Amino acid sequence: MFRNIVRFQSLYGHMICKVCPKKELFYSTAAAERKKFYQDVSISQGEGGLFEINLDRRKLKTPGGKLFTVPNEALAIAVATEWDVQKETLKFYTMHLSTLCNTALDNPTQRNKDQMISAALKYLETDTVCYRVDEPYGLVELQNNEWDPVLHWIENRYNVTIGSSSNILGPEIPEATKDTFRQHLKSYNFWSLTGLEFVITQLKSVVLALGMIDRHLGVEQAVLLSRLEEEYQIRCWGNVEWAHDYDIYELRARTAAGALFVQLSSESSTVKHKLMQD
Amino acid sequence: MAALSSPLRVCRGILKEIRLSQGPNYRQSLAYNYVMDQYRKNKVTGERYCRAQQEAHHASQAYLCLLTSTRNHMVLHNLYHAKGERSPEQAAGMVGLRLPTQPGGKGWEK
Repeated sequence: MFRNIVRFQSLYGHMICKVCPKKELFYSTAAAERKKFYQDVSISQGEGGLFEINLDRRKLKTPGGKLFTVPNEALAIAVATEWDVQKETLKFYTMHLSTLCNTALDNPTQRNKDQMISAALKYLETDTVCYRVDEPYGLVELQNNEWDPVLHWIENRYNVTIGSSSNILGPEIPEATKDTFRQHLKSYNFWSLTGLEFVITQLKSVVLALGMIDRHLGVEQAVLLSRLEEEYQIRCWGNVEWAHDYDIYELRARTAAGALFVQLSSESSTVKHKLMQD
Repeated sequence: MAALSSPLRVCRGILKEIRLSQGPNYRQSLAYNYVMDQYRKNKVTGERYCRAQQEAHHASQAYLCLLTSTRNHMVLHNLYHAKGERSPEQAAGMVGLRLPTQPGGKGWEK
């Protein structure tokens, strides 16, 4: 049976580009790739209604050796598609949903929900939209015009005070605000919390992440707001395709994956609820 | 509420991405059938599950963004980063510069 186990050691969270030993001169992502070893990808429903991924006839496992299972069909199909569209080599750094599932299943840092919530809320103290600049004038105006509406929206939505500051220490976030968010985040399950934390770390902002999860912002908008200063500099100095565009597409892909992951993994309860009503 | 483009456009966008990544037999893929199925289902339920429809629309928009961005990212990756680090000449060439050459050709000083 052990031959049937498919395991990937390199499929965790943030992939590090390693130096390929044979070609020491080149730093390349090729080291993080692996030859494609299967033809068909399918999904099946196993015990407890969980969905599994099958590569040819072998069951996909997580890097930690657990059976790869996801709570609903939509997520299973999205993950299966990620595996299916790989060409000759497996490019793990493009398979964001699989990576998030692996992180949620294996929980490599062995944290519980409270620790994750604290880690996520730590970003509130240094939230992107709370840090403003004093100059140049154009950027100050841009930040006020673009960030203030989101900030006001979240303050009204959760009935909290956050505020913004151009001080290097940032704004003073009241304890009550953090408590409100902590209570709110406790209603998330482990999977959606994993996704939310991922989105927060990508956007460097709790405000933008929650704005997107609560469907106030679209993915592209949230990414744009997160990169506001960079966009301003691009407007002044020009766009460099292999750096700016490369970054923005990667950030969009990661953020979209995170948002989708949160929505799909909190959806399973809603779907069950509806079935019971019928 | 975020400005969302029409469900039909998003649906078409997703199907286009599936076609681009899967090739001509994309209609047999899991994703194609699931997406079509979901869009048909949500069409039938109409206004009764308005909130669910919005949720589905937001999710489909995120999925479209994921597929498009991943594809574009890979295009740029293959173009600029896939071959590893460039030689000084290539790197200079990318920004429209040339490395200085020796006046009498390489190794003239010997």
